[in-house]
Amino acid sequence: MTELGYEAGVELKTRSQWAYVRIRFLRHRLAVGSLVVLILIALVGVFASQIAPYGYDELDIENASKGPTLEDRHLFGTDQLGRDYFSRVVFGVRTSLWVAVFVALVSTVIGTAIGAVAGFYGGKVDNLLMRFTDLVLTVPGLAVLLTASVFLGSGEPLQIGLILALLFWTTIARIVRGAFLSLREEGFVDAAKAAGASDLRIIARHMLPNCVGPIIVNATLAVAAAILVEAALSYLGLGIQPPDPALGRLINEGQSNGFELWWLVTFPGLVIVAIALCVNFVGDGLRDAFDPRQRRVRA
Amino acid sequence: MLSYAVRRLLYSVVVLVAASFLVFTFVSLSGDPLGQLNIVPNLSEQSRQNVIDAKHLDDPIPVRYAYWAKDAVTNQFGTTLLGDRPILPDLWRVMKNTLQLVLIAELLAVLIAVVIGVYSARHQYSPFDYAATTFSFLGLATPAFWLALILQVLVVQVREATGHQIFPIASLSSVDHGGGLDFVLDRVHHLVLPVIVLTVASVAGYARYMRASMLEVINADYVRTARAKGLPERTVTMKHAFRNALIPLVTLVALSFGNLLGGAIVVETIFSLDGMGLYFYNALLANDPYRVMAWLMITATMIIVFNLVADLVYGYLDPRVRYD
Amino acid sequence: MPDPVLALRDLTVEFDTEDGVVRAVTGVSYDVRRGEVLGIVGESGSGKTVSMLSVLGLIPVPPGRIVSGEALFDGEDLLTLKGRRLREIRGGPVAMIFQDPMSSLNPVLTIGDQIGEAIRAHSPKTDDAAARARTIALLRLVGVPAPERRVDQYPHELSGGMRQRAMIAMAVANDPSVLIADEPTTALDVTIQAQILEVLKTAQRETQAAIVLITHDLGLIAELADRVVVMYAGRVVEIGDVFSIFESPRHPYTAGLLRSRAPLDSDGAGLEPIPGQPPSLITPPPGCPFHPRCVQSRGREVCRTELPELRAVAGAEHRSACHFAEELAGEVRA
Repeated sequence: MTELGYEAGVELKTRSQWAYVRIRFLRHRLAVGSLVVLILIALVGVFASQIAPYGYDELDIENASKGPTLEDRHLFGTDQLGRDYFSRVVFGVRTSLWVAVFVALVSTVIGTAIGAVAGFYGGKVDNLLMRFTDLVLTVPGLAVLLTASVFLGSGEPLQIGLILALLFWTTIARIVRGAFLSLREEGFVDAAKAAGASDLRIIARHMLPNCVGPIIVNATLAVAAAILVEAALSYLGLGIQPPDPALGRLINEGQSNGFELWWLVTFPGLVIVAIALCVNFVGDGLRDAFDPRQRRVRA
Repeated sequence: MLSYAVRRLLYSVVVLVAASFLVFTFVSLSGDPLGQLNIVPNLSEQSRQNVIDAKHLDDPIPVRYAYWAKDAVTNQFGTTLLGDRPILPDLWRVMKNTLQLVLIAELLAVLIAVVIGVYSARHQYSPFDYAATTFSFLGLATPAFWLALILQVLVVQVREATGHQIFPIASLSSVDHGGGLDFVLDRVHHLVLPVIVLTVASVAGYARYMRASMLEVINADYVRTARAKGLPERTVTMKHAFRNALIPLVTLVALSFGNLLGGAIVVETIFSLDGMGLYFYNALLANDPYRVMAWLMITATMIIVFNLVADLVYGYLDPRVRYD
Repeated sequence: MPDPVLALRDLTVEFDTEDGVVRAVTGVSYDVRRGEVLGIVGESGSGKTVSMLSVLGLIPVPPGRIVSGEALFDGEDLLTLKGRRLREIRGGPVAMIFQDPMSSLNPVLTIGDQIGEAIRAHSPKTDDAAARARTIALLRLVGVPAPERRVDQYPHELSGGMRQRAMIAMAVANDPSVLIADEPTTALDVTIQAQILEVLKTAQRETQAAIVLITHDLGLIAELADRVVVMYAGRVVEIGDVFSIFESPRHPYTAGLLRSRAPLDSDGAGLEPIPGQPPSLITPPPGCPFHPRCVQSRGREVCRTELPELRAVAGAEHRSACHFAEELAGEVRA
């Protein structure tokens, strides 16, 4: 029914499409708040060395196994070997964040490429690529990741990131393919072809810009998914290996002592939840910003 | 409808065979079975050669695949790399346990999510809706393994405080589980925490999706037509809106089955449940490609069967796809 | 003059939107007489659909809201109805068909199921066999070939024209006294439009119902309507019988509408659109809503400051809401 407002000729100042997206996004207080939190967390990750009061492996046996306290700035307590947990978490955040962003970027590039080709050419090419995608999805993702990690892995963050990316691309590929298939029905693709534009040019200059919204939204949500999966891999001992820090592994190591040192398991997990939550809120806000049809009406 | 089912079945078989080749190649290329052998201390040259002969490790991959496929079909997936233990009986046993866990969790998740989704959509922006949305977001942001650990922590803390352990935190059954009904109850008791972990993750996603789907349908033209005919609101919601809103959810559930099995790996490992997940984890740690292969194939089959069922349900619900 | 079967009195409907409160319909009054075809003409956003949706309580509340007015059907104010009584009216004495038959029919239910539903909603004791027989008879009435086969088919298996026929069958299933047709041909090919017109005429013959024909297509009005209501910016600006409206419109907007059609014998002289845009329904201009685009007004002050009343201008039956309606007399149009 909000269409009635527009039909009635409500005056809209003309702005660029990006400005509209920005305005709509800024209306979502939750998404904006989450973005702020994320930026803060990202800064913590970037400046980890400066922010962390202690080194990742710095031992302090005298103060071992202490709960969270303000003494000596052990905000998250210490582990069995006296290592400051806050510092460990901070370094872990840095690794997890950049691996997650890396995974999101790489998988988006791969997925967009495959989806674009499938959607643009349609027919046999599409069929082939989609069957291939189906095949990839036939086995549980986590299982494949674990397998790849065990048989291929050295446990370096970069490699883990690549392995994850190789499984994450399917979602974005489907979305881009779907968008391209419908865009193909619109006239301007034929018009561009008639004007002599090359396939690549049509894809890049004419069609991709129309899918930017879903691509960005998906890339954002992929960051959250990647963090969760990477944490699971590291927890199981098949993800990022020492000496690189990893939040999942921290949780694993904190398990010994039968949960008496509860902060060892809790804090890294809370941080993961916080990051994933914020990223999801931002992604949701972006989704609403790009697609106004689902706007809520002020009651 | 029947021809639709048959077509889907044939298609599934083809996919299965293709998947098996893909997986076999992947595992064979990424791992070196000989590598494992080389680690075993004091392995005589003869024993080593026996293994190589038995598994045809000298031959190129397609040949190995052929032998493996033959083994898979005729000899129950053959034996483990070391120790020559038959794979299928173990796999069969753990599969039954996992299916219990996973099917219960999925069924619960779908039921709860549908109820939450429909209610949220009908009472949009109500406190219930906001609470459900918050829960969904939290559920989607929480790693399953961490939730499992936290639940264990809680149970242990409660035990420390009160002396009562409300739920078991490990294993499928107690040592003295009795028989018949006692056995079932004991099993259920042990499955409570694992099921909670698996269900939370699923419900979070499904509920949001159901809500969105329901909202879209509620505003559809044909719902307005149904109202304009003078149908009671209840009929409009259930027969017209709900049934259409359910259709996309079927696809989502089908696509999520893989995630569910992945979740099972994590949950079984943490709760020490004798299921497929733990089997897989152990096979990985032992670097045994044959167990891994068998597991991947069985899982692929399960997923394909599940997808087939989902397709059939979809075809039943939505007559538009039956004729393509 | 016998009582009208449906009478709108001073109806005002608002919607809350992100940009403000939209007044979709303001002070609208008109009668629907028994057995007539009443055409309601206007652009998108003129309020023509909203006024009829309100009658059947199909305006979502919120964000919509019926601020004031009455919709009298046989003496009963439909706007105050709820629950069972409202359901008895909907699809029974007052039925409605919608613009796009593809999206207005449930894709997962058969045609027979959906028409049968309509029958049983108003005659609950009808058994399956009777409902099916009646459905087939209705489909035959609206000209669907091989109705015994079609009754078990799904909407996507029917062509656009047949779907619309099925919708009409559904609407006349319970012998309505008023059949509201909201843009019944807009979503269809031109050749099919003529067929649907015939179906509507047949439906009227069979049921003796009054038809409220909502459309922006003047050709449809000319073919089918007895009387015409012209709406603009949520208000009624002119009412009259179809001949008077077409031959001597008494409102600048109606005149503009008629002028903007290209007559068949035009020698290529350009189309004359009405300049400007419809006004905002959130902050409507003061005075006459049409004055910013009105050629007739010539900027006169009364047009800008005073809202014109709907008054008789050429006999009691022809009314117009224009301060200078008399100046339009003598200009023959169609």
